[in-house]
Amino acid sequence: MKTFSLGGIHPHDNKLSARKPFKVVALPDVAIFPLEQHIGAPAKPIVAVGDKVLAGQMIAEAGGFVSAPVHSSVSGTVQKIATFTDGWGFDKMAIHIKVEGSEWVENIQANSELRTECNLSSEEIIKKIADAGIVGLGGACFPTQVKLMPPKDMSVDTLIINAVECEPYLTHNHQLMLEKPAEVLMGVRILMQALNIKKAIIGIEANKMDAVELLKGELIKEKGECQHKVSAKNTSVTESVDVLLTDREKVPEVNVVPLKLKYPQGGEKQLIEALTGRKVPNGGIPAAVGCVVQNVGTAFAVYEAVQLNKPLVEVMMTVTGPSVTNPGNFIVRIGTPIEKVLEMAGGIPADTGKIIGGGPMMGKTYSHTNHPVSKRSSGLLLLPNDMAAPLEEKNCIRCGKCVQNCPMGLAPYLLATQGEMALWDDMEQEQVANCIECGCCTFTCPSNRPLLDYIRYGKQTVMANIRARASK
Amino acid sequence: MNIIVTSLVVLGSIAIIAAVILFLVARKFAVYEDPLIDQVAEVLPGANCGGCGYAGCRAFAENCVKTGKLERDYCPVGGTDVMKRVAALLGVEAQASEPKVAVLLCNGSSACRPKLTTYTGVKKCSIAHTTYAGETGCKFGCIGFGDCQVACAFDALHIDPTTGLPVIDEDKCTACGACTKACPKLLLQLRKKGPKGRKVYVACKSQDKGAIAKKACANACIGCSKCVKECPFEAITVTNNVAYIDDTKCRLCRKCVAVCPTGAIHAVNFPVKKDENV
Amino acid sequence: MNKWIVSSSPHVHSGDSIQKNMLYVVLALLPAYLVALYYFGVGALVVSVIAIASCIGFEAFIQRFVLKTKVSISDGSAALTGLLLAMNLPSNLPWWMVIIGSMVAIGLGKMCYGGLGNNLFNPALVGRVFLLISFPAAMTTWPIPEPFSMAYMDAQTAATPLSFMKFDQMLPPILNTLIGNEGGSMGEVSAIALLLGGIFLLWKKVITWHIPVSILATVALFTGIMHLVDPMAYENPLWHLCSGGLLLGSIFMATDYVTSPMTPRGQIVYGVGIGLITVVIRLWGSYPEGVSFAILLMNAATPLIDRYMKPKRFVSK
Repeated sequence: MKTFSLGGIHPHDNKLSARKPFKVVALPDVAIFPLEQHIGAPAKPIVAVGDKVLAGQMIAEAGGFVSAPVHSSVSGTVQKIATFTDGWGFDKMAIHIKVEGSEWVENIQANSELRTECNLSSEEIIKKIADAGIVGLGGACFPTQVKLMPPKDMSVDTLIINAVECEPYLTHNHQLMLEKPAEVLMGVRILMQALNIKKAIIGIEANKMDAVELLKGELIKEKGECQHKVSAKNTSVTESVDVLLTDREKVPEVNVVPLKLKYPQGGEKQLIEALTGRKVPNGGIPAAVGCVVQNVGTAFAVYEAVQLNKPLVEVMMTVTGPSVTNPGNFIVRIGTPIEKVLEMAGGIPADTGKIIGGGPMMGKTYSHTNHPVSKRSSGLLLLPNDMAAPLEEKNCIRCGKCVQNCPMGLAPYLLATQGEMALWDDMEQEQVANCIECGCCTFTCPSNRPLLDYIRYGKQTVMANIRARASK
Repeated sequence: MNIIVTSLVVLGSIAIIAAVILFLVARKFAVYEDPLIDQVAEVLPGANCGGCGYAGCRAFAENCVKTGKLERDYCPVGGTDVMKRVAALLGVEAQASEPKVAVLLCNGSSACRPKLTTYTGVKKCSIAHTTYAGETGCKFGCIGFGDCQVACAFDALHIDPTTGLPVIDEDKCTACGACTKACPKLLLQLRKKGPKGRKVYVACKSQDKGAIAKKACANACIGCSKCVKECPFEAITVTNNVAYIDDTKCRLCRKCVAVCPTGAIHAVNFPVKKDENV
Repeated sequence: MNKWIVSSSPHVHSGDSIQKNMLYVVLALLPAYLVALYYFGVGALVVSVIAIASCIGFEAFIQRFVLKTKVSISDGSAALTGLLLAMNLPSNLPWWMVIIGSMVAIGLGKMCYGGLGNNLFNPALVGRVFLLISFPAAMTTWPIPEPFSMAYMDAQTAATPLSFMKFDQMLPPILNTLIGNEGGSMGEVSAIALLLGGIFLLWKKVITWHIPVSILATVALFTGIMHLVDPMAYENPLWHLCSGGLLLGSIFMATDYVTSPMTPRGQIVYGVGIGLITVVIRLWGSYPEGVSFAILLMNAATPLIDRYMKPKRFVSK
C-alpha cells in the first residue's frame, strides 16, 4: 500500500465513534456566526439588527478575493452584531441571531434525492461554490473557489480528494463516505468539471476499508451504466468504436486508493506525495505539481451547493473521548454553541481535563464551552484528567527521534532550541517555514519536551519577518 | 654548539618571516575606525540593553559618530548625564529628557483575578499569548510567566509569587524599554519618574465593558469616568472602556485615586497621610 | 466551575520515555551479561554490581550535594552507564579500580557537563579509557574463561584474540569468539549474544541501523582490502568483526543517544569515522584494541557532524 516517504508516526487511532450513524443536533436558542470562519479577509455583514433572516440566507458577504460569505443556518431575528469571546479567550466579531425555527430560503432543496445531472460550465460551478461560502473543511478553511482557479501558468491534471482522516479519534469523514457515497462521488465529479480535468484520486487510510469498498462499488455501478448507454446507441461498427472511445474519454476517471496507516498522511504535501509521488516545492502550492487537493467533506458540500443550492450551513463533527458516554457523529448547524453538541453526546464527563476542538494531534483546547460551531469545526475530543495532565519535561537526550519522525525532514530539536533562544534568523536558515505543525516531534519525544510550542512560535515570528522584508 | 646555532638560525628566521607576513597582512587588512567611536562607547553605560534601538552600545556610538547628530538618538539608561558627555565629544547640543521608569498597567493580582483554566504549555508569555488569551477571564491582563523579567538586563523586574505580577525596582530600572517590547499584552509603559518617584496611573488596560471586566477581575478599570470628572487638569481620558492618565498633564493631586471604585488608579511613592491610617 | 486545562497541540504522547529506552538497552545487554556470568563467574558479578551501585551512588551524590538539583537516578541512565562500564572491564579488576572508574565516568564523563543530555563523551568510555591509561596492566590482564568460576581476583590470565593477532601468535578457533569462550572484557566476548541484543534494539526501534552497520561495514571493507593486499600480515575481516570490543562498541557504545549525531546521514559519517579509526589503531597502533578511542574521537566530532549533516529534507533544493 502507498504512503509518504519521510518520517511519520503511528499513534493509536482510537476511532471510538466509527460507524455510528449521523445524528442531527437540535437548534440552539441563539446562534452566533463569526465573521472569520475562513482564511483571508473577514466577511462583511449585510444584515442589520432586527432583520428577519431565513435558513440559508446570506448574512455576510465575502470581504475580498480570498474570503467567503457567511450564511445563516437558522431562521430568526438578528439580535446584535457584536463581539463574542471565542473558545481561546479572544474577542471576535460575529452576527448573533435569535433562533425562531428552521425555515429555508425558497430555492434550497434541503433534503432531497440524489441529483446526478449537472450541465453547468466551470465558471458557473465556481460562482455557485463561492456564493455558498464553501471553504476547505479539512481544517485550514481556505476558500474553495480560490483553489479551483489555479494560477494560469500552472496546469492542473489531478484532483486529489483527502479522505484520509489521519487524526486519531475523528470519524465523521468516514461516516460521510458510508452514508453518502453517491453524493460524495457526484461532488468529486462537479469539482473535476469545474477544474476541467479528467482524473481524480480519492485517498483513504486502510483503517476505513469498508468505505474504500463502498466507493469502488459505486464507481463500478456508474461505469456499467455508462457502457450500457454506449452500447445502446444504434450505430455501425466503426462508428460505435469511435463513440465508445470518445465517450470513454468523456467519462472522468476516479480512483479510490487505500493508503497505509501513518500520521500525518492528511497533510496536503504528504498526501500528494503518497498518491502521485510528486513533491510540492518549498513555499509552493499543490497546483505547482499539477494537483488540487480537496477534503471529502468539501466535496459533499460542493454537491449540496451546486445540486441543491444549499450553502454551507451545516458541518459534520465527531464528538468523542475515552470517557464520553455516547461518542458519535453529528450534523450540526453552524452557530450552535459546542455546549449543545456535547449534550447530545451525553454531556461533559466529570473527569474531563481538556476539551479539544479537532483531533488530538492538531486540535486546540477550548477554555469554555460557549464557542460556536463554525466552518472550522471538525470534532470535539474530551480527554480525561489523566490524559490531559502535563508530562514532566526533561533534558534533551539527543535521541534523534524527532528528526527521524519529522515528515518535512526538519531538525525539530535544533529548531526548538533556537526558538527558546530567540534565534529567528537561524530558524529561517533551518527552514522552519516548512513546518506543518503536525506534532510528530512532540508526540515522540521521550523527554517530553514541548518542541512544537517553540517551533510554532518561531515559525510565526519568522513568517512575520519574511513578510516584513517582502513589503519593504 | 652547532645544534644551538642551527636551531637559533632556523627558529629566528621563522620568527622574522612570520613577523613580516603578519605586518604585511595587518597593513593590508587594516580597517580605519574613527577614534571618536571608542571615546563615545567609553562614555556609554556598556549594558548593551538595546534600549536606544541599536544592537548595543557600540552600534549606538558608531551611529552617533557617523551622523554627527543626536536628534533621534538617546541613551535611556545613561540619561541626561551621559548624553551631555556624548554631546560634548561630538560637539553638538545635548537633548534634555526627563528620567523615566517602567510601570505595570495591570493590577490583577491572583487574589482578585480568579483563574478559569490551567495552561500547561511552555511557560512563556509570548508563546502562551499566541495560543490563548490567558488563564483568567481578563484577556488584557498580565499572563505572569515573566517574559519581562527575562528581558530585563538590569535585574529590576521580578515576578512576585503571591500576586503573580511583576514588581519593578525603580532604583534599578533604567527605562531601557526592553520589558515594554517583551510583554505581548503591552502592559509595561515608560512613564515620567516624577518628583521623588511620585506618580499616578491607571493600572489596568482592560477594554471590556464594566460588568465583564469587573467579573474577570475585581481591580479592573470599569470605564466609569468618575476620575475624568474629578480631574481638575483634564489629564484623564476614557477610551474603549479604560481610563488613561496623561503623565504630561497630571499634577499628582490624587483626587482621582479617591473616587476610583475599583482601586485601579495607583498613586505610588507618596508619603502616607497621617489621618488615613493605612 | 471546572478548570479545563489549556495547552497547544499535540495533546497525546507516544508514551516513550528515557526510562523505557534505558530499560530496553539493559535488556539488550542481558544475553551478553549472562555469557559473562557463565564464563567469568563471581568476578563478573562483583565487578558489575560494584560498577552499577557506585555509578548510581555518585550520580545521586553529585546531584544532591554538588549541583543541588533534583536527583534523577530513576531515569536509569546512571545504572546503564554502570553496566556498560562493567561490560568494558576485565572481570578480575580490583574493586577499588572499578569505583574509581565509576567516579570518573559519572563525574568527569557526565555530571561536569551538566548531566544527562549535555555530555560530549560517552561516560562509560571515559571511565574505561581513564582506567586503561591509569592502570594499563590491570586493564589488559584478562582471566581465563572458565564456566561458573568462583575466583575473582586471583584467576589465571589469558590474552585476547586481538593481542594474539597483534603479537603474531596462533589464533584460537573462531567459534570461541562467537560464543564467548575467550579472554577479554566481560561484555565483549560473545559475538552471538551481542548481535542478539542488537537485533532486539533494532526491533524495539531504540537504535537505527545506521551507526552499527556503517561501523561494521567500514571495518569489514578496510580490513578486507588489507587482507587481500597481504594475507600474512593482516587477518581476515571476519576475525576483526567478531573479536575485541567492536560489536559491543558499535551496537551499544557508539549508538549512545547523547553523544552520537542526530541525523541518519550524520550517523553514517560518524560510523565510517569510527570504523576507520578503529582499524588504523588495530593494525598500526600500539594498542591491540582501538574501538574505545575511535568512539571517543568521533564523539568529539559529533557537534561538527550535526552542524553539516542536515536531515534529508522533504524537498531537497
